Amino acid sequence: MSIVTEGAARTRTVKKRRNRFLSWLISDKRAAVSLTFLVLLASLSLLAGFIAPYSPLEQSMDILVPPSALHLLGTDDLGRDVFSRLVHGGPMTLYASFLAVCIGTLIGLPIGVLAGYIGGWVDTAVSRMIDTILSCPSIVLAIAVTGALGIGLTNSMIAVGIVFSPGLARLIRVQTMIVKGELYVDAARTFGMTTTRVIFRHILPNAIQPVIVQITLLLATALLAEASLSFLGLGVQPPQPSWGQMLARAYSYMEIAPEQMYAPGLAILFTALAFNALGESLRSLLDPTRRRSD
Amino acid sequence: MSKRALRLIGSRLIQVIPVLVLATFAIFSLLQLVPGDPAAVIAGETATAERIEQIRHMLGLDLPLWQQYLHWLGGAVRGDLSNSLITGLPVLDEVMRRLPNTLLIVICALLLSIAIGVPLGILAATNVDGRIDRIVTSIASLGVAVPNFWMGMILVGFFALKLGWFPTTGAVSIFQDPATALWHAALPACALALSGIAEITRQLRSSLIDVLSSQYVRTLHAKGLSQSKILWHHGLKNVSLTLLTVIGLVFNRTLGATVAIEAVFAIPGTGSLVVASATNKDFPVVQGVVFVLVLIVIFCNLLIDLLYSALDPRVNKR
Repeated sequence: MSIVTEGAARTRTVKKRRNRFLSWLISDKRAAVSLTFLVLLASLSLLAGFIAPYSPLEQSMDILVPPSALHLLGTDDLGRDVFSRLVHGGPMTLYASFLAVCIGTLIGLPIGVLAGYIGGWVDTAVSRMIDTILSCPSIVLAIAVTGALGIGLTNSMIAVGIVFSPGLARLIRVQTMIVKGELYVDAARTFGMTTTRVIFRHILPNAIQPVIVQITLLLATALLAEASLSFLGLGVQPPQPSWGQMLARAYSYMEIAPEQMYAPGLAILFTALAFNALGESLRSLLDPTRRRSD
Repeated sequence: MSKRALRLIGSRLIQVIPVLVLATFAIFSLLQLVPGDPAAVIAGETATAERIEQIRHMLGLDLPLWQQYLHWLGGAVRGDLSNSLITGLPVLDEVMRRLPNTLLIVICALLLSIAIGVPLGILAATNVDGRIDRIVTSIASLGVAVPNFWMGMILVGFFALKLGWFPTTGAVSIFQDPATALWHAALPACALALSGIAEITRQLRSSLIDVLSSQYVRTLHAKGLSQSKILWHHGLKNVSLTLLTVIGLVFNRTLGATVAIEAVFAIPGTGSLVVASATNKDFPVVQGVVFVLVLIVIFCNLLIDLLYSALDPRVNKR
């Protein structure tokens, strides 16, 4: 009997959550459009092998042909199908963005939580360190770290992640400090809850919302950083395609085929726009007081 | 200058010291990120054992870490950022030779961002939810999502290659020929300014809306002050601090974003230097560029800090 009611209750909560999610999407067109776009992009990336008519590395004698039915976006200077490279560049670019943001979160989150929770000289030291790292232009720092780690997509995205971490740490630090002062945290401690448990049960769940917004916005920043680094030859190495690397290629023969720079650039623009829009929508969803001025 | 102002500058300068120490240590530690033996990695796969030893000695890697740091710091304080591993020339000379080219486009971009971003932000905030506001915010959203180097490529394609109004690549020293230098800097600065314009517009709009919808502005309305008087006398005065913060932020970002722009326009600046040296594992140069850029940013933050207290007397009391 009790199992049945529990199951029913769970179905009800799931349904309620789903309804709330749907009504959010219906009330916020911007969120709906950007989420649809990102889901489409993700499925396109998963199915890249089936959608792309050619292999992204396959060279041919048809060099720099204009768009046609055979080659939807034409071919590049090695006779490779630009549309196929664009489709295959998608998963590469998305992987890079997620990797950078994951690493940034994995480094920044614990540091921020500890600094905010422990306070005192730990907090002072961490905050000074954060201010220092943030005073270096982020792309320059990412380039310097990439140079040290070695050139390549994974290393360059680790570098971008390292560069992201101080900003995230600063945000979570402030949130932790706010939550730490709440009565229920004091109560939990009074009842003898261990510090680890307090952090995981009370601090993190209540401090995480602005971080989720920031992570969504950082995905756009990571995407642009990947594009820049690959454009500069520090990220994805040829012949593998990424949108930034395709732009670097298009740049080298811009005088002959200027139209080739539009597709990868627009792909970057729309994806970054979608991440940003989703982040802004999440922000106004989670913090309704800010809705007016954002 | 009053005694108070001098004391303020002094206390701010003292606060900069720990940041400088940390920054130099972080920059110095970059080499520690190199996997394996940095000397062997720098020397390359074909290097002889002697060459590896020579590089190890040149970088001081055979010393204990704290000695290495003090050695590097001592050099940096005396203006010696050691020599390039590839050209053998002093790093500081090379950075200083290229810095004006970078600063020229960065400062032009910053001025453009302010000149366009501020009016757009005011325009949007005074027409909240109107058509103008919606157009401006859409442009601003686009501005932060556009890869600036792609914008640079589009500008080159149209204004330089197609119309021939501007030179496609290169830079001219501002000290030798200011007019031609500015002509060369025009397209790169425009491409760079885009994200700055967007950032300033968004932040200014947002904080101006907050101020204009506050209680005391309502009181001013009730007192019968005109809309424009409220905006110019009270609204902008209150958002000037936000504006200052955003300008500092935009300067920092533009200084970073210029790296890709320099690649597009083949400008011999610090950005192209850091890319080339990171690619060639010429670490003294990488460290040197980062060091000089961090110094510039710290100086800029200091300036903004002092402007804060000039604009808002409450800051001094803290």
